[in-house]
Order: sequence, then C-alpha cells, then structure tokens
Amino acid sequence: MCGVAGIVPLDGRPADAATLARMIATLRHRGPDQTASVCRADAGLAHSRLAIIDVEGGAQPMANAEDTLLLTFNGEIFNYVELREELKARGCRFRTASDTEVLLHLYETEGDACVQRLNGQWAFALWDRRRRRLLMSRDRLGVRPLFYTVAGGALLFASEIKALLTCPGVSRDIDLAALDQAFTFWSPLAPRTMFAHIHALPPAHVLTVEHGVVAVRRYWQVDYSPSSTTERSEREHIEHALELLDDATRLRLRADVPVAAYLSGGLDSTLTAALARRAAGQRLRTFSITFDDPELDERTAQEAAARFLDVDHSSIHCTAADVAQVFPDVIRHTETPLLRTGPAPMYLLSRHVREAGFKVALTGEGADELFGGYDIFKELKVRLFCAADPASRRRPLLFRRLYPYLPRLQRQSDAYRAAFFDASVPAASDPLYSHRPRWRAAAKLRGFLSNDVRAALAGRDACADLIDTLPAAYAGWEPFAQASFLETTQLLPGYILASQGDRVGLAHGVETRFPFLDTRVVEFAAALPSRLKMRGLTEKYLLKRAAEGLVPTAVRERPKQPYRSPGVRAFFHPAAPDYVEELLSEREISRHGLFRPAAVAALVRKCRAGEVVGNSDEMALVGILSTQLFSHIFIQGSPSGVSGADDHVRAPALHR
Amino acid sequence: MQTTTFALRRFIVENFLFGREDPPLGEDDSLLGRGIVDSTGVLELVAFIERTFGVDVLDHEIVPANLDSLASLTRFVEGKRRQRPVPG
Repeated sequence: MCGVAGIVPLDGRPADAATLARMIATLRHRGPDQTASVCRADAGLAHSRLAIIDVEGGAQPMANAEDTLLLTFNGEIFNYVELREELKARGCRFRTASDTEVLLHLYETEGDACVQRLNGQWAFALWDRRRRRLLMSRDRLGVRPLFYTVAGGALLFASEIKALLTCPGVSRDIDLAALDQAFTFWSPLAPRTMFAHIHALPPAHVLTVEHGVVAVRRYWQVDYSPSSTTERSEREHIEHALELLDDATRLRLRADVPVAAYLSGGLDSTLTAALARRAAGQRLRTFSITFDDPELDERTAQEAAARFLDVDHSSIHCTAADVAQVFPDVIRHTETPLLRTGPAPMYLLSRHVREAGFKVALTGEGADELFGGYDIFKELKVRLFCAADPASRRRPLLFRRLYPYLPRLQRQSDAYRAAFFDASVPAASDPLYSHRPRWRAAAKLRGFLSNDVRAALAGRDACADLIDTLPAAYAGWEPFAQASFLETTQLLPGYILASQGDRVGLAHGVETRFPFLDTRVVEFAAALPSRLKMRGLTEKYLLKRAAEGLVPTAVRERPKQPYRSPGVRAFFHPAAPDYVEELLSEREISRHGLFRPAAVAALVRKCRAGEVVGNSDEMALVGILSTQLFSHIFIQGSPSGVSGADDHVRAPALHR
Repeated sequence: MQTTTFALRRFIVENFLFGREDPPLGEDDSLLGRGIVDSTGVLELVAFIERTFGVDVLDHEIVPANLDSLASLTRFVEGKRRQRPVPG
C-alpha cells in the first residue's frame, strides 16, 4: 500500500518540484519503503511505496516504454495476473511483474474504460503526456482514498489531505456543512471533506483534467435491484457464494510478502480467515483486539475461532487509557471528527501487526452491508411489521429481540421500545425511513453548536443532502435493499473503510484487503433476495449456511456483537491525558468557536460525575473532543509537524 | 403543580438539552419526538423523579403515556405524590 500525490498545472505555469516533494513527505507512513517523484513542466507525480508485489521491479511513479504515460498508483489490482495474460496475448510486452505495469498497458489498450476491468482497491492518477490529460480513479467501494483541490493555478491531489495542506494557497477553512454531515452520518458525504476547498473523489468515480477543465464522472453503481437469478435454489446460491468468496480470498493472497488476517471473533472475519487458511495451504497468522469491559470484549469467541482454524493467533489488549492516549494521533490520520472511538483500537492493532512483521492483512468488512448483518436491518423489518398493523399489541413485542447487547435498552418497557423505533409511523414514501431513528439521535449533537455555527447552518438539512445523491432506481427498491444501499454507499466508505480502515491501517504501513468487497461478490450479494439475507430475524442467513463446517458452531451461532470500543470512560479517569481537560475548557471551546461553552461544560460535568451516560451523550462527547482536536491540529495548527508557511495560527473561517 | 413542572423543565433543559431550548419546550411536546431523550435518558428521568420527589416509579409505570411530555410528567408525579402514604 502506498501514498500518492501530484500537481497538474491548469494555467501553463510549470509544476513545482519543491511543492511536490513537500506533499509526498507527509505521506511516508503510508509507504515507508521508498519515496520517489517525477516532476516535469506539464505534470508532477509522486509516490511513497509500501512494497508488496514485485518488490524489486514495481517502483513508482512508473512510465510506459515510450515514456508517454506516467502513473502513480495506491492499492492493488487483484486480477492483474489474468489481465496480464490477456494483454500479453494481445501483444503487450512487460518489463516488470507488477500490477502497476498492467494498469499502464490496460490504459494504453482500453483508455478510461480500463477501470471497468479492474477487480481491486485503488486510487491512481495517470498522466497522458501526448494528450496532456490526467485520469484519476478510485475503486468501486471506496477502499483507498483520494483528495484534490485547485489552488495556485494547478490541480493538486493526494492520498491524504495533509499533503494538500502543505501547498501554497490551499485554504484550511472548515466546511460547516461537512461538520453537520459528520455529526449526522459519522462522516462528511463525499465529495465534501471537513475542508471547504478540498474535495474527496467519491468511490466509483473518475476525474479527468484536460485543457484546464476538471470533470468528475461515475463509472459504476452498486445495484440492489433483485436479479433474474432469484429463481436459483437456496443450495445453488450458497454454493455460488462460497465459490465467489473462495476465489476472492485466493486473489487477495497474491503478494510477494506474507499475508495475515484480522480475527474479531465474529462470523465474517472467521470465515475470511478460514478461506485464507484453506487457500494458502499453510498456517495463517491472525490478530485481534481484547478489551477489559466484558460488554465489548470478544476474546472467548476469538480464541474458539483460532483453535478451530488452527492458526497462529495473538491479540493486543486495549485499555480505556490507551484509547485516550492515541486519540490525537488517530485524528491526525482520520482528518475528520469521529462520533465513536472505534478507530483508536484499530490503530493500535495495525501497529501490533506491523511490529509482528506483516504489512498485509485480510479482514471481513463488507459482509454486514452486503449479506444483511446489521441490526438496523432487523430494526427496519420489525418497524415495517408494526407499521403494517398499528393496532397490534403483539407485534411491538418483537422489539425485545433487537440490540441484545445494549442493556439499558433491554431494561425499557415494551411501550418505550416501540416508541424509540417509531413503530407506528408508516414508511410512506420517506426514502430514509430505515435510518431515521439513528440519524435523529445523532442530530441531537446540533444542540451543542455555537450560535455562529448554527446561524451559518440555518436552513440546511443533512438528510436532504443525502437524498439528493440517491440513484433514480432507489425509489423502486424494497426497504431492505434501500437500507443496504445506504449502509454500502455511506457508512462503509465514509467511516468503516476510511477512519476505521485505510487511515489507521496505513498509519503503520499495514494494508487491509477485503474479500467481501470483491466486485463479483458485491454484485452477487447486492442482487440476492432479502429473504436469503435475513430469514425471520436471523441475520446473514445465507452466509451462515455457507460457513457451515468452515467456522466453529459457537462463532456461527453466537448473537451478532458489533465492534465497539471504550468511549466516555476513556477520557474521564484520574490518569486521563491533559489535552482532554484543556481542549474541553471554556477558554479553548470559545477560542475555536464551534461549540457553546456552557453546553460543553454541562456535558463534561455529567461525564465527569460518572453518571450513566447514554448513547447520544457519548457521541456528543467523542464528537466534540475529536472536533476540537481536528480544529487544533488542522485548522489552527500544523498537521504533519513539518514547519512551513502554513504553520501559522489562524481563526477558522465559517463556510456553509 | 407549578413547582413540579418548573423542576422537571429545569432538569430536562439542563440535563438533556444542555441549556438550549430552541425552540422552547412546550408542555405537550413529545420528548421522544423531539429527540430529547433516548433509552438512557428515560432511566435518567426516572432516577431524577425518584430522587427529587421522593416517590417510587414502578416498572410498569415507565411508559411514554406517563413520561413523554412536561404535562404528562407533571400529572404523573403529582398523582404519585398524592398516593404516597403520609409519614408517621
């Protein structure tokens, strides 16, 4: 895995080599093995490399034999072996064994449509010198990041925002609409980022620059329309799922360095590890996280899975104090506020994996979105069931079956439970029906915003922003498919693959790979009928059937436990680091200008008193603290610790 | 009655809204509907009532009909206080 950066002049002035060198220097954590740049007048591309495939020959930026194309590429093309054979048969001659060169030749023969042929996780930029044209692209699901801005008469791009912030003329102004979105959906909606003038290239998009014009276009969309294969028998579906997952895993073991796996103790990562173990034909190294709090800890299941799979397993123990200690570094990497501390243990895990000598790990992400694993899908089913017969007194009793791991919800009366989930409200035509209760709870955070910020946000509605991005076919899908689409296109790329994936993995030079996000698996799973995803209230029905014999029964049959990590408790204990009190102080809250000091003081009092703190208070505290850190590091300070022209302190400018 | 409503309003505004009533909390506004309480909030509210008004809230009484607005909360608390046996 790697970091990329580049400069493409839009106004005829030459690309500046010193600027390019500064940009790539901030991304060394992503690619500690090698850093290189090629800066010519027409364009400058740079690369920091984590060498995984063709360690000797795969150096970048890479040019073609005629020196008319230059490529900087972060990620993996897992089907590069097959593509290489095909291209060779068509007369292409290869100088290296790398997937990078495959991408160059594929572009030579197929142009921009090359992205349609790739099965992988990528962010790349390709400069075509003859056409004086740039092509940038991100993978379909958004595994690898890519950001860009236009400043100083040039298009600037990089794997992380911190590289762009080193360039002259790039504004650090905060985007308040993005803050509102992050406080609702857990991340800004691409192309927005927390910076008003910096954009994310959304997943499944290409960007081109030609004749000084920047254009962005979608090349793929996940399709949850039921397919014609729905007549297949259940057994056929199970066999097909296993075949695809097997091949997806086999492709993701392609590396010239050893590949490990994360083992959370849940169905998805255990199945991934089982398939990897079988495909590799040798012992597999696995890693996990353990916690003190029995509500969060999954070590029993992890150990059961490790014994069953016969793998070399180790775990890191993450305490609440550890979370608080690394949290500022985590925000430095995520470059966005967080409502949950989940990325912090993952940051510690990748450090452990790297120290154990691994730079590639398989994980189970994507299964919950695609195969119907999340509780929000169950919640949706029960809500629809209740709304269909509002007079029924028995139907709301099903809410007892939801969120068994949330003890405070379990203690509620049935009447309250039904009320929390809007049991009597019909879905009617609300396209966001499935997610309304969740986002309503998150919106409570708005109450903490300062008067200036609220004034700037007046009239804005984050949910309306999201509705604007929905594809035309969405309205015709059943509610289960709609909810799956929202999870797959919003929380997955915005938070799980970004803050909790790429950014904390690459913080320590660890690349994660996701068999469930193989293009073929995604297209197969999205088109599955929902009855095979959730049978009654049994989540991931088909996947559980497919995992029979591969995953121990104890893991297959245990109730789903979502990954959670210590929250408020991490920041309020006698040994809590000083920055917590400092950044939440009235002086600092006022200085940054984003929140209401009195409200934050009241929240801090409540947390400090050790009283029961609920979900919304927890999200508020983590959200406010991480936003203060974000503002401290990026808006008013220096993100990389590199001194330079941008190192000055400035007040945040307000942008809608 | 007014003191009860006043104390309840103050607790809700301080503890759940962190001081900001925007728009002001109406007596009949649904605390759930306005996103003011979540499942933990309900338990906090019950603990506050027991602590402040010296009444015991029974499990079957923890329902939205009793606790979901300032008006219903006031009625509920006043009713409980009338039921309370006179000490001695």
